[in-house]
Amino acid sequence: MPEPVLSIRDLAVHFTTDDGVVRAVDGVTYDVYPGETLGIVGESGSGKSVSTMSILGLIPQPPGKVVSGEAMFQGRDLLKLSKKELRRVRGNSMAIVFQDPMTSLNPVLKIGFQLGETIKAHHGSEKDDEVKDHVIQLLRTVGIPQPERRFEQYPHEFSGGMRQRAMIAMAIANQPALLIADEPTTALDVTIQAQILEVLKTAQDETHAATILITHDLGLIAEMADRVIVMYAGKIVELGDVNTIFAAPRHPYTIGLMESLPRLTADEDWLRPIPGQPPSLINRPPGCPFHPRCFLSQGRARCREEEPPLRPIHAGGTGVHLSACHFAEELEGATSKLAEPTVAEGVT
Amino acid sequence: MTEVSRPPEPGSPDAPLVDLDGTLYASGSQVRTMPGAPTDLAPELTDSALAHESGLELKARSQWAYARSRFFRHRLAMGSLVVLIAVLLCGAFAGHIASYSYDAIDLNNINAGPTTTAHHYFGTDQLGRDYFSRVLYGIRTSARVAFFVSILSTILGTLVGSFAGYFGGWLDNLLMRFTDLILTLPPLAVLLVAAARLGNGTINLGLFHLGQEYRVALILALLFWTGIARVVRGLFLSLREKEYVEAAKASGSGDVRIIFRHMLPNSMGPIIVNMTLVTAGAILTESALSFLGFGIKPPTAALGNLIAQGETQMQTQWWLVVFPGLTIVIIVMCINFIGDGLRDALDPTQRRIRA
Repeated sequence: MPEPVLSIRDLAVHFTTDDGVVRAVDGVTYDVYPGETLGIVGESGSGKSVSTMSILGLIPQPPGKVVSGEAMFQGRDLLKLSKKELRRVRGNSMAIVFQDPMTSLNPVLKIGFQLGETIKAHHGSEKDDEVKDHVIQLLRTVGIPQPERRFEQYPHEFSGGMRQRAMIAMAIANQPALLIADEPTTALDVTIQAQILEVLKTAQDETHAATILITHDLGLIAEMADRVIVMYAGKIVELGDVNTIFAAPRHPYTIGLMESLPRLTADEDWLRPIPGQPPSLINRPPGCPFHPRCFLSQGRARCREEEPPLRPIHAGGTGVHLSACHFAEELEGATSKLAEPTVAEGVT
Repeated sequence: MTEVSRPPEPGSPDAPLVDLDGTLYASGSQVRTMPGAPTDLAPELTDSALAHESGLELKARSQWAYARSRFFRHRLAMGSLVVLIAVLLCGAFAGHIASYSYDAIDLNNINAGPTTTAHHYFGTDQLGRDYFSRVLYGIRTSARVAFFVSILSTILGTLVGSFAGYFGGWLDNLLMRFTDLILTLPPLAVLLVAAARLGNGTINLGLFHLGQEYRVALILALLFWTGIARVVRGLFLSLREKEYVEAAKASGSGDVRIIFRHMLPNSMGPIIVNMTLVTAGAILTESALSFLGFGIKPPTAALGNLIAQGETQMQTQWWLVVFPGLTIVIIVMCINFIGDGLRDALDPTQRRIRA
């Protein structure tokens, strides 16, 4: 196996609030390998964004605080870098595509200027002409027509899809080794989403960057990701390559997520939602955080008392497959209804 | 979609672009801009292609262009701008317009009322000095003070406000408590003490030899920056939470770069409007200070000390007070109207023009 680009070990991020300490990310460990797309899925508040933003120092501090862990990136622990060193990493070797392109571009600055800023922030010596050529090249890469004219325009003259293209161009401006896409298509309408995914793939091909794709859209994961992390209550509950996760999920939460999606190929009168609410991250239930909502637990004492470790599962798939369920073996033979590839395509 | 593509005019500078548009528009999709680029650009291109076809060029307009056109349509503000510029030009070219120097004495016409004889349009004072000339020179002095104060206090206030708002925490506390401290000082009392302590000499900075008006201006500027600092801090507190600031941070921009390149341009509207208010305030305060005898000292003419001089003879020689007074009113009113117009023009949510 090749060296991972990013190696996160036992990361924990806490937010101090008036009501208590919110354990937004609680002991997360994973690797991202060169060129791969790692999908992170989970509900709102499961810690999927915080786990990546925190390693770049982009969570508000205070109240947020990285309490433990390490994040090895290009031979350095990001969590031990000074502010200045971390700034050199951001937008340079590790870049982010944000969720909402409508608000992520500065309304009073020209698109060309904003993209140029990203380059100048890291390559201050580059001449203005070179920067401009570079920016126009970037705009062309992400499929913005007439880049010379678009260079001089303001964000309000761009459509939503075009703005997200510009955001992607900004992210790949400095040839990052790792691209973090934080719900890149959530704010866009469905027809544009497919285009943006194409652009994202192009950007990946151009830069050979590894990608972390944060989303709650399982269809997007099926389309884009090579490996999947499922997060629940600040913890990883299941990890595996995308085919394994969809064909042979081995955590009741993953199964629940997939069951709650409508199926296009069959006539369904009812969806099966996951009962209950996500747990409060201040008063986490003891034992397995999912046990109050779990169809498998059914009041078993072990689920209540003992926190399940993330352990290897042999469900027949390729690569590493981890699940944090005491009774994962009981799910033998379970398969998600999304396993058929036609469905996965149809959802995006 | 129908066949509407038109061959590019040979030799026109944007021929390739038209070609691209035309092909794209005709085929509906599938144009490769470069290997690996996405292929589904058609929906987003059609409007510009259409513009080409119908011969309409879509002119890109910036926020500033919109603001400018809104301002130009604001009648009151435009009228005020014209009047203000005229008044200021009179002050600037006082030496050419005025028939006398500001301290020239015409012993033949002492205490003369406004008359065209010997060009004493605004009358003369008890020393026989021409008040029309003195008012023109007074405009020059007061305008210098006003601009110096507005520029210096805006720079100072913007710096303090932006750093306090952006960094927050102890720096915000320190800077804002200092601002509060300045605000609690009774301005006139401080001005009187400062003016008295600093004297009235000219300032010698080697190359620059600044007149006594800059001394007054400096004192005013050191008191006037607080309003702008508070406004800018408030703006920065809200701008700091904007996603594009987070995006700028995520792309590795440093704090100073974010403050000056990303956030300051977003705050220019309120800053400019506040600058006009400070300008008007500075003229008024300088007049008050000169009136009290602690501002600009005669024989240098300033609008305030002209009124002060005339004040004792107001019963008999009304022109000594009325003309400089009117000038102050006109200048201050014009500046305030311009500020109003700017506020309306720079507020992007305000589409309607009040005039």
